[in-house]
Amino acid sequence: MSAKPRKFKVDRDAVPYKGRYAPYDLVKEGAICLLVVGLLTILLASLFSSPDEHALTIKDWATAQPQDFVATAATELNGTSFVATYGPPYNNVQDNVQKVGPFKLPNILGVTIPIDTAKDFVLLPLASQPGPVALDTALATYKSASPAQQQKWADNYVANATTTDASGNITYNVRVLSDGTVVMPAGNYGPVSTIMQYETQIARSGALDQALITGDGFYTTNYTKPSLFLADGQWFAGVGASENLGGDQWGMMNETGSYPGQAWLWLYTMFYQVPPYNTSWGANADVLVWVTMLVLTAILALVPFIPGLRSIPRWLRIYRLIWRVHYKEHDVAA
Amino acid sequence: MTEPEMVEPVTTTAGHPEDATMWTARIRRRVVEALPPDRMLPDRQPAYVASWIYVFGMVTITAMIVVILTGCILALKGPQWWHESGFGHYINSLHLWSVEIFFFAMVVHLWGKFFMAAWRGNRSLTWITGVVTFLASIVTAFTGYLSQTNFDSQWISTQAKDGINSTGGGAFFNVLNFGQMLMWHIALMPVALIALVGLHVLMVRRRGVVPPLPAKGEKVPEMTSEAVAS
Repeated sequence: MSAKPRKFKVDRDAVPYKGRYAPYDLVKEGAICLLVVGLLTILLASLFSSPDEHALTIKDWATAQPQDFVATAATELNGTSFVATYGPPYNNVQDNVQKVGPFKLPNILGVTIPIDTAKDFVLLPLASQPGPVALDTALATYKSASPAQQQKWADNYVANATTTDASGNITYNVRVLSDGTVVMPAGNYGPVSTIMQYETQIARSGALDQALITGDGFYTTNYTKPSLFLADGQWFAGVGASENLGGDQWGMMNETGSYPGQAWLWLYTMFYQVPPYNTSWGANADVLVWVTMLVLTAILALVPFIPGLRSIPRWLRIYRLIWRVHYKEHDVAA
Repeated sequence: MTEPEMVEPVTTTAGHPEDATMWTARIRRRVVEALPPDRMLPDRQPAYVASWIYVFGMVTITAMIVVILTGCILALKGPQWWHESGFGHYINSLHLWSVEIFFFAMVVHLWGKFFMAAWRGNRSLTWITGVVTFLASIVTAFTGYLSQTNFDSQWISTQAKDGINSTGGGAFFNVLNFGQMLMWHIALMPVALIALVGLHVLMVRRRGVVPPLPAKGEKVPEMTSEAVAS
């Protein structure tokens, strides 16, 4: 290989080594490393094991905090839940799509995982059940009503199910009795009361989990729908927060229990904890953290070509420690 | 019909002169020229290769071997096994802790190479493949966390979806699709990672270990043609 001569730059170029060579058994080093790493792994696994908390179900949710389940399911029906207003890849609602400057990147590929929360989370699972007459009648009444009427019933239900104060604290007006009966303040809900009653009933029996998982067929490995529904409620977020896994608790890199988790995500997670990402940029924090990380990663990869940055090792002088034996022999006294 | 001419089997890199234009012979020559065996597995190293920091590249590779072996045992019985079996849980623990050692060693290796400015002397591509390998390792570990089929998987997937969806990446990389994440974790990413590590190691062996920065009072050449050509 030939190369055009160019000016020598100490942080880019290296003087070919013409000094002494010493025996170095790479294969032996590898074998010893394998033994040591293997033993260390066995030691750590034996001492600390690994976390394994069982996955949560919608049945767990509807049993542990049924009023949150009912209130959330109602927002899936009237289209005001987090997922219902998410935007691509789930739907075309634009209100919450994050932006980089004027650009909404999720719109480039658009809706690739279509989710209609009213149909997918409420109406289709209920229709798949061998429902009693009251449920079939309620579903038929709801379907035969105009979209405006459907919306009005569902909006009334959502409005009366909870009260949110100025600080964002939620008070549940809906109550669920120990036998699963849903009790709402009086209002004009049409068939939605019955629909929510049976939605709660199939959730508490575990049938809603099954309907959401097997809705697309017997064999499935895709948990998008039940995961999105579960994550829409306050209960799931509360369980995560109680494990110190919230987004504002460095949760991206943590795992349950006292385990190191994905410690290598510390920089990515850190940006979520500091201004302006968690203040004025909050509405677009996710995409702005990603853009920041992409830029920093590109800089890391291109350090060899960036004057100044590639000089940092020489300024830090840690190399003098690494090669101290070499420099003892080669430093020339002034 | 005439009998094919009997010739000696190839025993040298050059091969038979009459075969020199064959694709096979050309590739063999190029490979052996680029990656001569004595450089691939040298038994001597420059005297300056005498610090513990040099061990961490090898520790990273050996930790990856333990990760792959324990992952293979988990794969034998499927993704649910380790919830039901004490032995399976122990294998999962070995898998987890070997991953932690892998990342620890890799990060020390990366910082060590940074402090040595190891990209010098036409080694920038070695540095870049190292950074890409680090990124690929993060994706591999991340998809592993999503494949645990427990609360950690549920939580991490529902949290991570917002970041990935905000970039548009969620359109084809659905972190809530367990089957897709498992395939990335046990098929696509390991293949990519092994290829990247292989490429990285070949580059290290081809270029050799970066020489030290100039010593005090050491004169450096004005031009670099010798240093750039390898």
